[in-house]
Amino acid sequence: MTTLLNVKDLRAYYGQVQALHGLSFSLNEGSLVTLLGANGAGKTTTLRAICNMVRSTGGIEFDGKPLNNRSTESIVRFGIAHVPQGRGTFTTMTVEENLQLGAITRKDSAGIVSDIERMYAHFPVLKQRHTQQAGTLSGGEQQMLAVARALMLRPRLMLLDEPSFGLAPLVVRDLFGILGKINREDKVSILVVEQNAQLALELADQAYVIETGRIVMSGNAKDIANNEEIRKSYLGY
Amino acid sequence: MELFTNQVLAGIATGAIYACMALAVVMIYQAIDHLNFAQGEMAMFSTFISWQLMQWGVPYWAAFVITLAFSFAAGIAIERILFKPLTKAPVLTNVAGFIALFAIINSSAGLIWDFTIKQYPTPFGSAPFLGSQLISTHQAGMIGVTILLLLGLYFFFQYTRIGLAMRAAASVPESARLVGINTSWMIALGWGMATAIGSIAGMLIAPVVFLEPNMMGGVLIYGFAAAVLGGLTSPFGAVVGGFLVGVFENLAGTYIPGVGNELKLPIALALIISVLVVKPAGLFGRHIVKRV
Repeated sequence: MTTLLNVKDLRAYYGQVQALHGLSFSLNEGSLVTLLGANGAGKTTTLRAICNMVRSTGGIEFDGKPLNNRSTESIVRFGIAHVPQGRGTFTTMTVEENLQLGAITRKDSAGIVSDIERMYAHFPVLKQRHTQQAGTLSGGEQQMLAVARALMLRPRLMLLDEPSFGLAPLVVRDLFGILGKINREDKVSILVVEQNAQLALELADQAYVIETGRIVMSGNAKDIANNEEIRKSYLGY
Repeated sequence: MELFTNQVLAGIATGAIYACMALAVVMIYQAIDHLNFAQGEMAMFSTFISWQLMQWGVPYWAAFVITLAFSFAAGIAIERILFKPLTKAPVLTNVAGFIALFAIINSSAGLIWDFTIKQYPTPFGSAPFLGSQLISTHQAGMIGVTILLLLGLYFFFQYTRIGLAMRAAASVPESARLVGINTSWMIALGWGMATAIGSIAGMLIAPVVFLEPNMMGGVLIYGFAAAVLGGLTSPFGAVVGGFLVGVFENLAGTYIPGVGNELKLPIALALIISVLVVKPAGLFGRHIVKRV
């Protein structure tokens, strides 16, 4: 298996405050990796650093090419789709316009049209609401829309920042089922940041645990889920 | 009754110009959250360019198109050179930037073309429109050009990918970057378009107010009033506000004793203040709620 994303000694700063203290991890092509950790551990910062939305140093390589010092919008063109915390919905626009925006860097208009149909097949609720303002959707529907918008890029890697946030448990189950399917069937590698460790570990191949800006634990997701000591001390369940 | 109809139609004609100015102001406000105080001066300068071209023998519509292209490029250049570096600067720094721009453009126009009033031609003539005394062909032309412009803009923002990208960049910049939109260039593009729209307003109003470096002062204040009335966050509102202000201005000047021509401008200012007091978001604006 080839390494798709390789992060080495990543340090990130908000003004004078250092949020990440030399964090290293990697993600294999086609795998689903989860970053776990408590509030403020640096999970979101890690995703933001990958897309150059926060000042950082260290090495970030995607498919062997360095991403450092590239603008956020040019990193998207490598095939990295980032669903930010809070979903980043274009609330004043329609559901369909949101999907078109996901594919705004693509040139193949026929492919875009068929991909929109594909998303409607994946998420039937979006088809029902395709002319509705995205802001009027429920939280779960907006999260579906955010994932669909990211997939419209035909990404190689999808970064998801707490997709379960604010959603009812049943909706979260649904969503994670869909993520697993996307990972297996569409061969999209996924890096997902989660506070809901139990669910994320069920889904993921590989897991990393972050605490105060450092990786404190890594390994096979099953092993971590089965290790009671790690679960109790870091994951709180 | 005829006086009333006449005043309303004339109000719609000047309202079309206010609508253009308001639209230009709103486009830039949407992109960078600041009011462009120099919008009127930029329009005035563009109008002088078209006048100069015509002096050199270029036909009206050719001069019109060249001026649009010039204004578009100039708008982008102003954004790149002056306001892009100010992106993260405090509000007052930006305001100072706009005032500097205002002074620079106003004085350069005076320096190049001096401050004497000049005649500006109209391609529509000034005969009665369709034989009616109610409205002149030039006024009808002002309304017609504005409506064409508005339809074009609507089509652009609603049905083209670049229009979609511009709307996305203005509404949620961070998400726009995350889908790969170069938001910084979208802002520059917004400046270009706003400047071009302003130049249309300038070229259409110049035959009415005559051409001189201070010609747009009053027009811009009406444009601001229109934008505030319609809601600074709503391009549609700005257009409606423009027409409303135009009609209101004329009716107030005709029917309220003592207002006449001289006190029309304070009416616009009073309108701005009343809207801000009674309904700060304007007629069509969104109420912006910020989480603290």
